[in-house]
Amino acid sequence: MAASPHTLSSRVLTGWVGGCVWYLERRALQESPRRFLHLLRNVNQQWVTFQHFNFLRHMYVTQLNRSFNQQIKPKPEPVPSPFLEKASLDEAKTEIYKMRPLSPASLSLSRKPNEKESIELEPTPVIEGSIAVGTETKEEKQWKEMKLRVDDLPGILARLSKIKLTALVVSTTSAGFALAPAPFDWPCFLLTFVGTGLASCAANSINQFFEVPFDSNMNRTKNRPLVRGQISPLLAVSFAACCAVPGVALLTWGVNPLTGALGLFNIFLYTCCYTPLKRISIANTWVGAVVGAIPPLMGWTAATGSLDAGAFLLGGILYSWQFPHFNALSWGLREDYSRGGYCMMSVTHPDLCRRVALRHCLALVAMSAAAPALDVTTWTFPVIALPINLYISYLGFRFYRDADRKSSRKLFFCSLWHLPLFLLLMLTCKRPAAQGDAGGPQS
Amino acid sequence: MAALRPRRRALLRLCRAFSSGGCQLAPERGGERRDAAPSRVSRFCPPRKSCHDWIGPPDKYSNLRPVHFYIPENESPLEQKLRELRQETQDWNQQFWANQNLTFLKEKEKFIDSRLKAKGLELRAESGQKATLNAEEMADFYKQFLSKNFQKHMYYNRNVSEAGCSVTTASPDQ
Repeated sequence: MAASPHTLSSRVLTGWVGGCVWYLERRALQESPRRFLHLLRNVNQQWVTFQHFNFLRHMYVTQLNRSFNQQIKPKPEPVPSPFLEKASLDEAKTEIYKMRPLSPASLSLSRKPNEKESIELEPTPVIEGSIAVGTETKEEKQWKEMKLRVDDLPGILARLSKIKLTALVVSTTSAGFALAPAPFDWPCFLLTFVGTGLASCAANSINQFFEVPFDSNMNRTKNRPLVRGQISPLLAVSFAACCAVPGVALLTWGVNPLTGALGLFNIFLYTCCYTPLKRISIANTWVGAVVGAIPPLMGWTAATGSLDAGAFLLGGILYSWQFPHFNALSWGLREDYSRGGYCMMSVTHPDLCRRVALRHCLALVAMSAAAPALDVTTWTFPVIALPINLYISYLGFRFYRDADRKSSRKLFFCSLWHLPLFLLLMLTCKRPAAQGDAGGPQS
Repeated sequence: MAALRPRRRALLRLCRAFSSGGCQLAPERGGERRDAAPSRVSRFCPPRKSCHDWIGPPDKYSNLRPVHFYIPENESPLEQKLRELRQETQDWNQQFWANQNLTFLKEKEKFIDSRLKAKGLELRAESGQKATLNAEEMADFYKQFLSKNFQKHMYYNRNVSEAGCSVTTASPDQ
């Protein structure tokens, strides 16, 4: 078998996709070692890569599971935070006991002690004065000094930049780059990779900066760094600027101006259009789908320098994928969205929500058929992608018909493995540049 | 500095809009439908030698984490204004979200009660557990609540980004 550049780059990319998420797997490994070992026994290397991806996504989404069926009730007395450092805890405790007998004059301007006694709540009255000293101390233990700890900074910045989401965005960009009809250029690929990654980090950080009070009120997002005060808002914005500027510069001058412009536009679209629109109109979902569609476009323009039909097809695939993915996810978050004031189809137009999800599942089938017509892949691709496309369409139909939590979850989880598999199949069926119809998958 | 004044006025106006008697933390008595949002003021005092802000656990009602702002000894008037602005913004956010969450809970309870009564079901099952509706039955309530509170959210959104930006651009790094 001749190792053509396409085959080689496809394999390298496949291996890289599996490898670059490996560090995430190490964390997941602790949670489910048995399952992970079972995975390792799988024979087919390519399938292991996808199942790794799938497994990772399951781990990632397991956290969402807990918030899928959310109930809102007044919290009981809060439990001490596991993250409180012992040293500062002891220190704070001793200081607190020393300070209690001090007169109100020593208290800061920002506190209004005389108002405590007048606070009452229906139906359960909160009588501050009569709270047991033990409970009070427990609550006070949970106060944390807002001092930047350099050791924690990498983890904090990773969470701030939604590093997992960034990794997925960068994967779709890489898929766009690899699928473009141009010889695979490693330096260009790396610059695109890094530039897109930085742009995505910047956009995600700004998004978190804007949404602190909203994130505090949703179970899914209440542990974000800005919500927990692990990083100051100014530092978060500075970090975003330090990612956006080099990221866009790298794309503009290291790759090409078109890719840079797309990157900058995407940051703007996400932070200044999608984020505010979330609370204004259901149109936010369509804008968000465009945000998701741009990264593969960027990958394509990085490789070829121009936007052509193939680029738009890839963008279209990502655009359509967003709907079954997001609409199914949002079905389980209706309570939080309603309370937080988010305008989502699942709350305001539930029928439309399910109809759109189904419609776009079917669009994915159509776009698979368009891929060979536009010379992106061979005709093998729509055939081998048909089973997974039919399956997601079937789940989309079930969600449309049943409109319940079970069907929404099935559709959501399917979307998680459907996309990487779909892109990988495209990659393996990529139409070779020199020859005409080369036939079967390059394996 | 002059730029802070119109924003502070807007904040104060908003405070009054969200609490029925001014920007106070005391509740309204007399059975008014829109109670002022309760706020638990913590007894927390930071250690003497700390020179940073302190952040507390999420508030029971608003889910927001209160920040106890550090007052340096040689605080300049501008720093004081900034700190007061941050405190006002925090209080205002606290008020809005506590009110919002409590209203949500109350209306949800009312909705569940009315639906259960309409179905002819008891509010509590034989085991003593509270009867609830499933997510699909609650969907009507979520839609109603969202549209009812839309204007309130618009007002909040318009002002929160303004306040957040002005505070952040002027804030010292921690």
